[in-house]
Amino acid sequence: MARMRMNQAIAAAIADEMRENPDVVVFGEDVAVAEGPFKTSAGLLAEFGPLRVRDTPIAEMGFMGAAVGAAATGLRPVTEIMFVEFLGVALDQLVTEAAKFSYLSGGAVNVPMVMRASVGAGLGFGCQHSQVMESWIVGAPGLKIAVVSGPHNAYGLTRAAIRDDNPVAVLEPRVLYAGRGDVTTGPEGIIPLGRAAQPAGGDDVTLVCCGSTVRTALEAASGAEGWSADVIDLQTLQPWDAEAVLDSVRRTGRLATVEECPYSGGWGADIVSTVATEAFGDLSAPPIRLTAPDVHVPFGKELEQRYLPNAGYVAAQVGELLATGESPPHWWERDGALA
Amino acid sequence: MSSEALERREAVRTDRRARYERMVEIRAVEDKIRGLFAEGLVHGTTHTCQGQEAVAVGVASALRPTDVVCCTYRGHGHALALGLTPLQVCGEIMGRVVGSIGGVGGSMHLCDMSVGLMPTFAIVGAGVPVAAGAALTAQVRGTDDVAVSLFGDGAANIGAFHEGINLAAIWKLPAVFICENNQYGEYSPIAATTPIENIAERAGAYGIPGEVVDGQDVDAVCAAVEAAAARARAGEGPSLLEMKTYRYAGHSRSDTAPYRPEGELEEWYERDPIDTFGARLVAEELLAVEEIVEIEASAKALAAEVAEQCMAAPAPGVGSMFENVLV
Repeated sequence: MARMRMNQAIAAAIADEMRENPDVVVFGEDVAVAEGPFKTSAGLLAEFGPLRVRDTPIAEMGFMGAAVGAAATGLRPVTEIMFVEFLGVALDQLVTEAAKFSYLSGGAVNVPMVMRASVGAGLGFGCQHSQVMESWIVGAPGLKIAVVSGPHNAYGLTRAAIRDDNPVAVLEPRVLYAGRGDVTTGPEGIIPLGRAAQPAGGDDVTLVCCGSTVRTALEAASGAEGWSADVIDLQTLQPWDAEAVLDSVRRTGRLATVEECPYSGGWGADIVSTVATEAFGDLSAPPIRLTAPDVHVPFGKELEQRYLPNAGYVAAQVGELLATGESPPHWWERDGALA
Repeated sequence: MSSEALERREAVRTDRRARYERMVEIRAVEDKIRGLFAEGLVHGTTHTCQGQEAVAVGVASALRPTDVVCCTYRGHGHALALGLTPLQVCGEIMGRVVGSIGGVGGSMHLCDMSVGLMPTFAIVGAGVPVAAGAALTAQVRGTDDVAVSLFGDGAANIGAFHEGINLAAIWKLPAVFICENNQYGEYSPIAATTPIENIAERAGAYGIPGEVVDGQDVDAVCAAVEAAAARARAGEGPSLLEMKTYRYAGHSRSDTAPYRPEGELEEWYERDPIDTFGARLVAEELLAVEEIVEIEASAKALAAEVAEQCMAAPAPGVGSMFENVLV
């Protein structure tokens, strides 16, 4: 057990995997000499040298493609997309090449690569550097997606992702990099992909969250009056832990997803759909989704905070659901909300 | 299948007469494939390489089976040259279990790692950075394998081309980038999309050697690739080779290439890579004139027999679509 910031936990996870396996290499923009703009590769160049830790040109399509080729031929590359938006120019390599190579080789070629990317709003970076964009990749067969929510699972999920024989995207909320927490290091700290965590328990509602919304949900649940919640941190969005969610909803009878992304196409739609299909008879209220609106992430501090689903909003919406048994309107749909 | 593919590969690596026979085989198989599509016996699309056989066989002859090749959807010729059997190739094109990946890929998706053929790329340019990555593996592990990227002239204008070659150049990766300039990117003539005559000139922008090669001359192709591969194996970095060649057929099966200027095809027929190489082997007394007819007849018979075998082979079972999605 060690106390560290989330960016330190990520660097520690990569370093531990690099010590154990000489096939693990790291490359991306300014990840070597500068140790990453968010310091998520601190110490790697010094310990493992320039053969295994490399700075690339600003060329995501190129270095993502290189990761595919390196992984297909035996290495385990860990690449960093500095801001997930930059994945846009490299999406072909992740979704159309890496995720399909096993299929297109009759199982002869695996692509054990990791794409780490910083995601999300909250730091005033404006609308081209504040998205989560998991919807770009969540529907891509052949790809796993982990979303970290703090130092502990950032360490454990990153190690699991590097060990996985599939291409894995690891999404890291930027706003959490500096947060401190206790981390179980070493092999016992590895967190299997596909399994959710439950950081809080309760009886009345299941709050399903991941990444930055885990603390939002926890804060809402801890301040709740008159109700208590199971808080489920999915940890992996693809494949997601349906069993954990269904088990909880069958007990609580209510579901609310807490998502940082815009409403349309958000990951929560899959959760709601599965719960409504598999556990319809156990529901005592309609499942609801608490998301950002279908707009760009605004820049101004007050606007950006209003854009994100915060703990007060989660608590209010869930309270209304419990009181009325009906789905409450989104905040932006209410009278006077946009005045 | 793998050992047969390796034997076939070894044949072209060591025997120029086998190279001739392979070129004839590629032409016969490609003609047969176009015929099958025309008859409506295969669904989907296909991209054939008649006229480009010298590039395919020249490249395969110059490489080792442990080298990695990232090839495009116009890849039947390369696959056959590298060693895949006509049954593996036709079976895949026809969506049968005997195909190189069991019939789930189709014409654009061949693969056999036993001879170094990575899953072929149906996205223009995508294989260029992937080849750089395969070369990175060789560099990190300290082997003397090389990675080869094969792409068309159309790919020279997509970002992946520039990013992949630049990365290979700055890291001095053991890669050989080979542009098959067949004069057309889909339906557009190269001059309409590319402001320079020789794509090889772009090597200068990355500080690596670039060379224009006669892609209709299998000996020239083989020699150029051998030299570039030797340079890469010696740790001197990547090269860009441009093979000047010509696509006799249209872009894909539905394209009759009406956009070609009159007489252009006939001009290239004059420099047919198979006829040219056959005549050279006859002159060198490695081949008798009467054998040419026999080799062509036997290749056509083989292609017809393989097509029959494929049609008789079962389609993949429903369960196959669920295989190899996640490891």
